Amino acid sequence: MNLLAPGLIGLSALLLLLFSLIKRKSPPTLRVIPALTRLYRALGLSVEDGTRLLVGLGGASLLTPNGGAPLAGLGMLRHLAERTSLSDRPPIAVAGEASIALLAQDTLEAGYEAAGAGEFYQPTAGRLTGMTPFSSAAGAMPILRDENVSASVLIGHFGTEAALLADAAERQNAFLLGASDDPSTQAALYAAAPEALIGEELFAAGAYLGATQSHTASLTVQDILRWLIILALLGGAGLKLVGMI
Amino acid sequence: MRVVALVLAVVTGLLVLFGYFIPALAPVQSVLLNWAIILAGTAAVVGVFNLVLVHGNKITKREKGGIYSALLLISLFATFIFGLVLGPDHPNMRLLVEAIIIPVEATLMALLAVTLLYASIRLLRRRTDLMSIVFLLTALLMLAASATLPFGEVGPLSNFVRPWFQHVLALGGARGILIGVALGTLTTGLRVLFGADRPYGGK
Repeated sequence: MNLLAPGLIGLSALLLLLFSLIKRKSPPTLRVIPALTRLYRALGLSVEDGTRLLVGLGGASLLTPNGGAPLAGLGMLRHLAERTSLSDRPPIAVAGEASIALLAQDTLEAGYEAAGAGEFYQPTAGRLTGMTPFSSAAGAMPILRDENVSASVLIGHFGTEAALLADAAERQNAFLLGASDDPSTQAALYAAAPEALIGEELFAAGAYLGATQSHTASLTVQDILRWLIILALLGGAGLKLVGMI
Repeated sequence: MRVVALVLAVVTGLLVLFGYFIPALAPVQSVLLNWAIILAGTAAVVGVFNLVLVHGNKITKREKGGIYSALLLISLFATFIFGLVLGPDHPNMRLLVEAIIIPVEATLMALLAVTLLYASIRLLRRRTDLMSIVFLLTALLMLAASATLPFGEVGPLSNFVRPWFQHVLALGGARGILIGVALGTLTTGLRVLFGADRPYGGK
């Protein structure tokens, strides 16, 4: 049996547990991601203005290899819901996949309750807008236009249809932060969205908004694993160069 | 209840994960994944009810765009009834999909091409930095190397520049991003598995 995959998962789990349990003496220093700083500002303005936040979670099922991105999106939705649930117009979460839409409702409810505003939660705040990528985007575009949205976050697995949402947001002068795990969508969002998260920044967003011990621990683990992979790649290239493999 | 949900989620997640590496657990993994597929199907039905509820509210409250919501609900129920009566494989049902849904999605895709072109033009106005210039120059170069030009292909562009950009720069960059995404997915999954992130009723 190939031991690489279980070894990598085991090592990651061990490191994650270790760094989650170690108490830091000082708060973690995170690299500045300007897009997330501007998101903070847009969230504050949206609550002050009494306008709405729209969170798109994409159309990937949790049963597919792309299921990690909507999970990261749900983590971020939890923090965003807690911060904005007391606004005059509470946040809306949309998804292009039914199980993610249901989880979004549950996550929103949890965020409302954490903010002490559980009675204001409405199940229609978590919506399924379509069952295919383009129909889902087409279903979300009228929300941007009609429901007084001033800030929107696309975080999950999106295809290039995310650019249509970015364009719709720009037409409404709404702030938009786009983050997808798909490299071609990241390129589309870089061009079309006012703010885009590139690479694995999508998975770091939770740490920046919530900054719990487990979030910062997972960033540390990602950094360690990244260095291990870099060393393995360089080592492999070096060994190949000298003809040992 | 929250503890039960947490324990169920963690145990199920661990069984599915170990099912990949321990052959004895593979049948359990298969059963759990089949249950997940059935649940996902049920979620689709609940999702459609949610869609009906949202658009029904828009119609009854006479909100902006209510007419489109009415159109959506009429189309939804008509398709549902036709599907029940005729069956999904009936030629008329297939025509409904091939003559409406596919052309509409293709239209949106065509619209996307214009949107991206327009977005690229606006990019320099929004973000005037070196990366934006490199991004636009690369896009233009790749367009020139890939498009069918009236005077035929430009040899060096299509024979050298395009393959080099695609197979060296783009592929290398994409692999780097995908490794990062895989590591992010791994740690996110582990956080859910440990119950640190609970998108299933964790208050």
